[in-house]
Amino acid sequence: MQHSAIYWLRRHLFSSLTQSILSFVLGIVIVLVGAKLLRWGVYDAVFTGTAEQCRAATGACWAVITEKHRPILFGLYPYEQQWRPAICMLIWLLSVVVSLSPVCWKSRYLWPLWGGSLLLMAILMRGGVFGLVPVPSADWGGLPLTLLLFSGTVIIGLPVSVALALGRRSPLPFLRGLSVIFIEGLRGVPLITILFVAVNIFPLFLPADMEINKLLRIVVAIALFFACYQAEVIRGGLQSVPRGQYEAAAVLNLGYWHTTTKIILPQALRICLPGITNHIIAAMKNTSFVIIIGLFDVLTATSAVMQDPLWRRYYIETYLFISAIYIAFGFLLSRYAIWVEKRIDTSRNEQGIA
Amino acid sequence: MPVADFEMMKPIDNVNSTTSPAESSRHPLLTFSGSKTARAWCYQVLVAALCVGFSWWLYSNAVDNMRIQRITTGFAFLEQSAQFAIGETLIDYQPSDNYARAVLVGLLNTLYVAICGIVLATVLGFIVGLGRVSKNWLLVKLAEGYVELLRNVPVILQVVFWSVLIRNLPAPREAIELFSFGFLTNRGLTLTVLQHHEGWLWTFEALVAALLLSRLLVLVSRRLREQHGRVISFIRLRFGLIIGLPLLVWWLAGAPLQLDSPELQGFNFKGGFTISPEFTALLLGISLYSSAFIAEIVRSGIQSVPKGQLEAARSLSLSSWHITRHVVIPQAMRVMVPPLASQYVSLTKNSSIAVVVGYPELANISNTLMNQTGQALEAIAIMMVVYLIISASTSLLMNIFNRYVAIKER
Repeated sequence: MQHSAIYWLRRHLFSSLTQSILSFVLGIVIVLVGAKLLRWGVYDAVFTGTAEQCRAATGACWAVITEKHRPILFGLYPYEQQWRPAICMLIWLLSVVVSLSPVCWKSRYLWPLWGGSLLLMAILMRGGVFGLVPVPSADWGGLPLTLLLFSGTVIIGLPVSVALALGRRSPLPFLRGLSVIFIEGLRGVPLITILFVAVNIFPLFLPADMEINKLLRIVVAIALFFACYQAEVIRGGLQSVPRGQYEAAAVLNLGYWHTTTKIILPQALRICLPGITNHIIAAMKNTSFVIIIGLFDVLTATSAVMQDPLWRRYYIETYLFISAIYIAFGFLLSRYAIWVEKRIDTSRNEQGIA
Repeated sequence: MPVADFEMMKPIDNVNSTTSPAESSRHPLLTFSGSKTARAWCYQVLVAALCVGFSWWLYSNAVDNMRIQRITTGFAFLEQSAQFAIGETLIDYQPSDNYARAVLVGLLNTLYVAICGIVLATVLGFIVGLGRVSKNWLLVKLAEGYVELLRNVPVILQVVFWSVLIRNLPAPREAIELFSFGFLTNRGLTLTVLQHHEGWLWTFEALVAALLLSRLLVLVSRRLREQHGRVISFIRLRFGLIIGLPLLVWWLAGAPLQLDSPELQGFNFKGGFTISPEFTALLLGISLYSSAFIAEIVRSGIQSVPKGQLEAARSLSLSSWHITRHVVIPQAMRVMVPPLASQYVSLTKNSSIAVVVGYPELANISNTLMNQTGQALEAIAIMMVVYLIISASTSLLMNIFNRYVAIKER
């Protein structure tokens, strides 16, 4: 063991004189900076207490998180009612965990489960029934709103993206042209302009007596933007399905619908799973764009909290906290995707052997 | 990146549309509806009709609403005086100028911040990307940490963070001094710069001329080698040219060396060159975010070069510089250019986050314009069209560059 450790060190850190010097310098820098960060973030930090205690300390003030976590996580939602979004997040998390576990992938109960939990979450968030105080969607905020925007984006966006990708590869020229214009048009402009359209312009195109909820308009806008990027990924997957698969399906006299849903799409989606995951992670990050149109997601809520003159100087700690939420989410999702890719691969091999 | 379409669906169509004798003996109406081609056309007409109908419905609603709300459409408002000041402009602009000029100022600022961002992100991305493929384990891990941290935090959060950070810097009176050539304050970064002098412009022109001449010498030397077999290296001459010519011009111009250093006057600095907090926050945010993606592109590009290529180059006893320059980089570039192009486009689009920090670029100016005139439709249309043009021309440029680096088949 000792021998292999020395071998590893020589190979990876001290393979030549320049490498050794580099390792040495980097090592010193890492130790110095690390020690300083450790002292700032842990030893000299204040974890609970008042702003005065923080001011006296030389380290980080994590007390700002303990103090302000409620407005950061729940935004404008009425303080006494915040148990409702908290339960909603729990239901959301449970449903996601259940549907992501491979035992339930083919379960028939997934649809009713999601239907039920969506209904439950809607009742909890909106209120107005069973003696719950009604809370208008304009007051929703914080992490539940971020999760809502994210799930809405993925749930609406994925089917649309598949449709757009199929449309772009369709033999029908009109459908193809329409998909190309839609995809390239939306990909060519920043998300901000699409949000402006959803908030400022779209109501102008509806009859005067018809009104669509602002939150819904925004979710659909982000979902369409997401779908255009995802459609290009899926198109890549569709293109890498070998031509023989189409021909074999045609020989079996399968129609377009069956060829697509039973033969082509399962293979295409499997091929482009890494790309799909990338864009789903990007969708989570893109929800933060709603700060521009004043929706109270985690980032907007944090920026609002940072207006507090008592606590505003501890912005680094606060922004680190919400960055950690996004990083944790991206990390978990990418790990899950890697695991799924491996699993799909082995199951394919097993089938091949049998 | 668009990839060429395969013509995959055609065979299927042919199989079914060549009607069998059994089918053609059926009732003509049945045959018509059973024929795939005819059905396909029916679908298309249906979709087209739906699209036209929906668009017409939207259009008529908009016309009605605008009549009710007394909104006048059209771009005539662009001629009116803008009446708002813009903090940073690359061209002359007064509040009395018209809206069209304000939009132009915004567009130029967008291009300015995008170009600065692309340069910064590319430099950082290449450094970190090379770190990712280094032999040194510590360096690899550091670069990995950089990429994972910056890539997973939303870009808008990063821009907001830098903006808050700069706002919380000390006021000019307690400025952080940077080795006596600059000051870091909540009003931005103020740097000591060289005083404006005609000589500097001439020196710069001399440098450009020297670089061009040096390039010419390379071509001459290559021609001599290829056609006459004479190996002449102009390397000393080239170095002398690049360093000597600008130096000579600078000396002839009177050797200007006066510095324009900032001095505290009242509440702010006077003199020097100030980079505004808004610009700094936006630039740092969008370019650090993109640099993490560029680092990954560089890494995958370098790793895509087959090991055999390196071994072959080593067995020819090429130096490590020659291996990098003539074996690795040309092959890695082929893999890197398409994703780099889309990264540059996305950085340009990300510059619209300026709305949050208040840097006056296109999206921000359009936003002001929309709020002031109420011409939301026109303001957003201008914004979208301009961004579309920018995206399209960036991809066009990168496509041309891609053709330049792609495999040259002889």
